[in-house]
Amino acid sequence: MAREGLRYQTFSRRAFLLAGAKGLAFTALAGRLYYLSIVNGEQYKLRAEKNRISIRLTPPERGEILDRNGIKIATNRPDFSVFLIPEQAHDVVATLQKLGRIVKLDERRLTRVRRQISRQRKFFPVTVAQGLDWQTFSKVNVAMPELPGVETTAGLSRFYPKGYEVAHIVGYLASPDEEEVRLHPMYRLPGFKVGRQGIEKRFENYLRGTAGTRRVEVNAVGREIRDLPPKEEAVKGNDLHLALDINLQSYALEQLNENAAGVVAMDVNSGDVLALASAPSYDPNEFNRGISQENWQGLLNDPRKPLLNKCLSGQYPPGSTIKMVIALAALEHGIITQDTKFYCNGNHKLGDHTFHCWKRGGHGTLDLLGAISNSCDVYFYEIAERLDVDMIADMSRRFGLGESFELGVDGEKPGLVPDRRWKSVFLQQNWQLGDTLNVAIGQGAMLVTPLQLAVMVSRIASGMSVRPLLIRENDVLKRSDQLEFSADGVFNQLDVNPLHLRIVRKGMEMVMAAGGTAHDYRRPKSAIKQAGKTGTAQVRRITKEERVTGVLDNNELPWGARDHALFVGFAPVEAPRVAVAVLVQHGGGGSKVAAPIARAVMDKALELMDAKELDEGQL
Amino acid sequence: MGTTRMFGPRRVDKSLYQRLASLNWGIIALIVCLAGVGVAMLYSVSGGYWEPWASRHTVRFGFAFILMLVIAVTDIRYWMAMAYPAWVLGLLLLVLVEFIGATGMGGQRWLDIGVMRIQPSELVKIAVIMALARYFHGRTYDQARSLRSLFIPFILIFIPALLVIRQPDFGTGLMIIMGGASILFLSGLPAWIFVAAGVSVTAAVPIVWQLMKSYQRDRVLTFLNPEADPLGAGYQITQSKIALGSGGLMGKGFMEGTQSHLNFLPEMKTDFIFTVLVEEFGLVGAIVVLTMYATVLIYALLIGIGCRNQFGRLMASGLAITLFLYVFINVGMVMGLMPVVGVPLPLISYGGSAMLTWSVAFGLILSVAIHRHVTLAPRGSGIG
Repeated sequence: MAREGLRYQTFSRRAFLLAGAKGLAFTALAGRLYYLSIVNGEQYKLRAEKNRISIRLTPPERGEILDRNGIKIATNRPDFSVFLIPEQAHDVVATLQKLGRIVKLDERRLTRVRRQISRQRKFFPVTVAQGLDWQTFSKVNVAMPELPGVETTAGLSRFYPKGYEVAHIVGYLASPDEEEVRLHPMYRLPGFKVGRQGIEKRFENYLRGTAGTRRVEVNAVGREIRDLPPKEEAVKGNDLHLALDINLQSYALEQLNENAAGVVAMDVNSGDVLALASAPSYDPNEFNRGISQENWQGLLNDPRKPLLNKCLSGQYPPGSTIKMVIALAALEHGIITQDTKFYCNGNHKLGDHTFHCWKRGGHGTLDLLGAISNSCDVYFYEIAERLDVDMIADMSRRFGLGESFELGVDGEKPGLVPDRRWKSVFLQQNWQLGDTLNVAIGQGAMLVTPLQLAVMVSRIASGMSVRPLLIRENDVLKRSDQLEFSADGVFNQLDVNPLHLRIVRKGMEMVMAAGGTAHDYRRPKSAIKQAGKTGTAQVRRITKEERVTGVLDNNELPWGARDHALFVGFAPVEAPRVAVAVLVQHGGGGSKVAAPIARAVMDKALELMDAKELDEGQL
Repeated sequence: MGTTRMFGPRRVDKSLYQRLASLNWGIIALIVCLAGVGVAMLYSVSGGYWEPWASRHTVRFGFAFILMLVIAVTDIRYWMAMAYPAWVLGLLLLVLVEFIGATGMGGQRWLDIGVMRIQPSELVKIAVIMALARYFHGRTYDQARSLRSLFIPFILIFIPALLVIRQPDFGTGLMIIMGGASILFLSGLPAWIFVAAGVSVTAAVPIVWQLMKSYQRDRVLTFLNPEADPLGAGYQITQSKIALGSGGLMGKGFMEGTQSHLNFLPEMKTDFIFTVLVEEFGLVGAIVVLTMYATVLIYALLIGIGCRNQFGRLMASGLAITLFLYVFINVGMVMGLMPVVGVPLPLISYGGSAMLTWSVAFGLILSVAIHRHVTLAPRGSGIG
């Protein structure tokens, strides 16, 4: 019995021991809980909130781009699309089949949809079709009760009402690449597009707008449970107003036909770029939707380079359009006067090299006006022999050649104004007199863009140092790109004797008159007096043998070897308002090909300017 | 000898009414309260609906409650007689599930018998304690202290435990071993044996570690430190800690738990239900529930100490320790103090077999309480 008591004693002692251990263990639990919920409670509360609340962005409407008359060039339009939420569709295959009777779904699309469904969480919407027309969209909406899991939305997508006409200026939108996605959380929104090329790219920040935010309660797998306040509305991007006249732009592009060509039209007095047409063009709307591989390859492989903005990014020898600048350089340096005459027998000897005039028989004796209106090469060789190339370069720069004007469109090229320094640095050769002779007729190393030619002719016409202006919001450019712009219309006087300018303008007027190089292609209808200058730039060297056997006509040459046709001009002669530069790549003679285009564009520009003034007068 | 009278042969046979009346209704009320907490939490977990969990939990507890009372008023001698048969039955069921059992949720096996699913491992942990209590009841103090008498208890503990671990249900297997060891301890086995066992297990760890393959080591490391695996086990523990901590002192309010209602918590209705409770009722709610468990434990301890027969003492304390282990491991686990092993919270976690187990366990504890004055024959097989 004593042993039995011992057994009980042992038991109760040990039972109390275990009870003590249990007590300690429970205290430890309570302590740990205290530590979690009181000591670190705030931290865990925050983490619970972070778990629960997800900030979702709502995309802003992109700012619109408008022309000088407020016509929309780039706008947004409702984009009707159809989603499928796999979780809510009882039978995805059957639903897609039914949907396929309303919306056209090809096999490729279906495969993509199926792949996406299998990859994503089941409550995540999968885009089945987008860019639907209103009719199809309505049909889907009507059929919704039979299409479980199908949802429709009307979002916004970029639309260029006259896409083909302005592609090179506005650029287009595309899905952001990986690097851009890292830049801004908004870029992660499904379907969000960013600017590529042109204004859309350059003014991305200005046009984009500010995303709105929406706080949503989400569960562990990210499904939205409900909206939480506050909600911040997205702010639409800023609109951008251009100096461009879309009607003139369309007209100019029409004139270019099938050519690879560029036309720049400017308001002589304000510098407003009224038209900046480059052909051939492409439809930026196609890029927004996602261009097909074939079309993309087609654009890349076209020898006429549809993707190149020929007005800003194309650099060409100026041909005879440079002759006004040469004449001015000579006049300013007192090498010639208006009455200086030279004799042209068709060629000019310099050492053992012969420089030819475009007119094989020669022009005979000419004064400056005759030389300009007939575009006599020999006359300018004579001048060039007496001029230093650096004088030519200086005068060229005064007229805007070799300069980049920062229009606000990417890809603007500076051209090339050659001088002694340039040749020694870049070619490591000394400047030769022969080089000056070539430059004097626009066949040397000099390269210009059609925009620069338009600026040049604007300055000749106005006597002011006109700067081109495409984006109306000057402060925007200054703010976003730190670019300086002259205020509209208030330009300094050009540092050139006005008398000399008048002489050159007279020469240009005579180009269009009887006997001038562009007279034959005059538009009979036009009552407005125009002035201009033709240019034909060779892209190949004419061999000696050819000169003997006769220079081949452009039509007999392959397209890529034909001359570039150029024309610069302004109108009306009495009080210049519009300046124009035309370049037709491999178009042949400037007088035959470029001049008619320029003349038509100038007439149209004046017509539109008058119409506008009439409108405003009535108001 | 003052103690002699205490153990004198005084037979106390009570009528059914007397037995019901002598039940500790306060403790029973506490058990009902704990089950009630379970119902409330399951109601919250399902987003304010009775269906499907809260209602089923209630119905199950209703049956379990009646079963508990029936077990409580049944004579302790009957339960002692049933101890070995229960163990044998448990073992048979364990073997049976090896062949025809269904597996789910990472290993626990059950038998589908139409009306309900039975997890034999749940019943076995009670049967082992019953069998051990009976075995030591029949041993004198000296016999219980001798190493020779360890053989049968080892069989009683390890055969079912290993079968359960094989399922695999490591948590329950470990619980059976720890419950069994505690009975060995209470029955008087010399303390140095436990110290020696502890030392040798500790010593074996580095050797076993050396013998393990690297993937096995990885598994053990993840088990011990789940936060090293942030997308797997670590995710659960991280989210669970966020839920516990964000509850603060008073909690976010009933049905206001964001972690639970937005599905950030895993296994909410079973192993992690305590987390839901703390998120919604805070530290205060947690302390209240832990105190309720502690009160039941203290009661079971007093029952054991106050019981006149060794079988009752050992069974009541063994079941109390099992209850303690379940609560401690479950709560410690959701707090990140303990490895994640699938151990439910008694009476609160959703689950039929567990509910059945705890009603049987509390029934037996209550039966010990009613029959604490009954003296049992040393061999203890006679009824009445």
